[in-house]
Amino acid sequence: MIKVNKEDMDYVDGMTIQDILKIRKYSHTMITVIVNGQVVPKDSYPTYRVKDGDVINVIHMMSGGC
Amino acid sequence: MTTGKILAKYEYQPAKIEKGYANQTLYINLSDRTIKAKPVTEQMKQIFTGGRGFGLWYLWNAVSGDTKWNDPENEIIIAGGPICGITQYPGSGKAAVVTLSPLTGCPIDNNVGGYFAPLLKFSGWDALEIQGKADKDVIIFIDGNKGLVTIEEADEGHDDTHLIAEELTEKYADSEEDKRNISVVSSGRGAENTLIGILNVSFYDVKRKAVRVKQAGRGGSGTVFRDKKIKAIIVKYKGVTGDSNNPADKEKIINAAIRLHREIFELDKLQNRMREVGTAHLVGIMNDYDLLPVMNFQYGSHPDAVKITSEVFREKYFTQNVPDNCWHGCSLSCAKAVDNYEVKTGPYKGQKVCVDAAEYETIAAVASNCGIFDPEYVIEANFYCDTYGLDTISFGNIVGFAMECYERGIINKEITGGLELKFGNAEAALELLHQMGRGEGFGEIAGQGVKRLREYIIEKTGADPAFLRDISMEVKGLEVSMYVSKESLAQQGGYAFANKGPQHDEAWLIFMDMVNKQIPTFEDKAEALHYFPVFRTWFSLQGLCKLPWNDIIPADNAITNEPHKIPAHVQNYVDIFTGVTGKNITREELLLQSERVFNFQRIFNLKMGRGTREYDRPPFRLMGPATKEEYESRAERYDKQLKELGYDIEGKTTEEKMTMLRQYRESQFEKLVDAVYKRRGWDKNGVPTLETVKKLGIDFPDVVELISRYRE
Ligand code: SF4
Repeated sequence: MIKVNKEDMDYVDGMTIQDILKIRKYSHTMITVIVNGQVVPKDSYPTYRVKDGDVINVIHMMSGGC
Repeated sequence: MTTGKILAKYEYQPAKIEKGYANQTLYINLSDRTIKAKPVTEQMKQIFTGGRGFGLWYLWNAVSGDTKWNDPENEIIIAGGPICGITQYPGSGKAAVVTLSPLTGCPIDNNVGGYFAPLLKFSGWDALEIQGKADKDVIIFIDGNKGLVTIEEADEGHDDTHLIAEELTEKYADSEEDKRNISVVSSGRGAENTLIGILNVSFYDVKRKAVRVKQAGRGGSGTVFRDKKIKAIIVKYKGVTGDSNNPADKEKIINAAIRLHREIFELDKLQNRMREVGTAHLVGIMNDYDLLPVMNFQYGSHPDAVKITSEVFREKYFTQNVPDNCWHGCSLSCAKAVDNYEVKTGPYKGQKVCVDAAEYETIAAVASNCGIFDPEYVIEANFYCDTYGLDTISFGNIVGFAMECYERGIINKEITGGLELKFGNAEAALELLHQMGRGEGFGEIAGQGVKRLREYIIEKTGADPAFLRDISMEVKGLEVSMYVSKESLAQQGGYAFANKGPQHDEAWLIFMDMVNKQIPTFEDKAEALHYFPVFRTWFSLQGLCKLPWNDIIPADNAITNEPHKIPAHVQNYVDIFTGVTGKNITREELLLQSERVFNFQRIFNLKMGRGTREYDRPPFRLMGPATKEEYESRAERYDKQLKELGYDIEGKTTEEKMTMLRQYRESQFEKLVDAVYKRRGWDKNGVPTLETVKKLGIDFPDVVELISRYRE
């Protein structure tokens, strides 16, 4: 089990940040991913593998409203 | 367009701009044709800064608590602000428009692009304050080079913006080259016949050789404009340079500007792609997060939404690689347009036009919220809303609400005058739009806004008032802008407490709250509902666009202490304010400028007999599922929530579960109200306390007297 934005999510062996974003339908481009307190660079989302028990925060920046 | 007859004339010596201010306001009374200059005092600058602040202050002094939107005392104030008109920093050409709203009875403010406010200032005026009513249609012309203001008689010709703005630009410009020096404010026939009229503010797009328009859309300012019998206001000023605002320290501005331009060029393509698709990029995202209003806010997503995403508009409709900025120097350039669009319906059928389309709010309102997923319908509706002078957000809400009433059998063809208002019926929606333009049939009734339409339906059909309130998406009389807030308590407050009514420009907290879960407690939410509305107010005091603040973010923003505030950009604003005015301010003082005006606007609502807790109550659909269909469409989500809250839902019907959820959510909302009022320095009834107004320096005798009437 991993935690994504304070909610439980099933852990699958080998899952990457990109997989998590896809499962959660997090399509917003202005996001920052933080795993156990460390910011993950954007270009590593497809390759960064999370571990069971990791705490992941996907911080969305707001936008909209002129 | 004009008969050539001059009704009044005023000559003046154009003031030199000093550190962002012209130090005078142009006052026009259309009833007695007075035209005069009014000084902008140091005290006004100190307390109200400019823009919306000036607008509210003038309006406060012009109206009493009994004044109605269509009384001659009501004013329309258009004002930029000290930063307005600089050409170095992106997003610096906005105008604040303030008037008493026909929809809410309270002040409405809009922040609108186009060239009007900068050209007005460089013509020697910080603000234009219009009071009174003309007895027949007039045009106001301000020539900033000659130092001349005239009120001219308008002819009987057409009212619609795409014709007026073009003809007047043609008429008042000396040459093709001179057209860039003209800005026209106009509305349209729909504004005359409804309460949802907008103002269109023009700028000349040199590349396209076309007049473009941006909208002051919310709350019916165009309706007030036409009620005053103003057909158009034109400002003409030649000679805009990077120094026209005469800033105290240009270097400071340039340094901030270089940083932002660099970010935009490097990062926009990786972030929101504003330069390619403008705010339309939000359609797909909102659909993915279940936040896109679908069928009168019943749902947050729809499989057909893929037909109206920015990808579709980019591929087939938005012209690419032209600088789409609504004031000089805005490299974020989000003002997208569809060129050579052939109009399919109505009086302009067959004409080829350039449509300023389409922003996220418009796409969501006129399309998904009405169950219509057709991009060409979006462009058509956008074109007619603009040229008739109608607010796309209110229009989409009205149609969505009417369609839901029709589908539920609450209204029928007898009420709609034969229109089959089913979700998805684009033809019927467009016919309703044309009726609003003409002020005929069901369109005339619907054009009064969702609140008045609801009251009409209840009167005519005897429908259940409580149910209709639950599903009519308005607060304070203004229709809700385009985000589903059911799963974000903070955003429910953001909408419900907003001074002017539920427009997201005061607070947009859905991601922080619902997705990131960064503000879990009432105190956290209250802090966000204090900081962001106050901070966001600041743009409209200065003549700034908000988009360059948070629709592009620095690469290292994530590792700052408070990424949501975008600290680097806040520092830019401190720098450019200081650079323009020479007044050294801190971030705290920046917030204080806003907090004064924000609270003053709240107190203004009190003056108009509203502004207390009872007016901050949203329809239930803003808070949760108002119907069985909504609950069941997201049953897994709601069942899970109820179980986690400790409710026993075993064997319960949907209706029983809806009651439980509703009780819970309504109680949460009340707790939020208490927490937010406390944080803002307001009492339990939502009235700013004496201590708060004193702290902010807005304890004028009439303010103190007014709030003392509410003392608990
Ligand atoms: S970001 Fe868009 S709306 Fe704002 S000033 Fe620039 S072009 Fe205009």
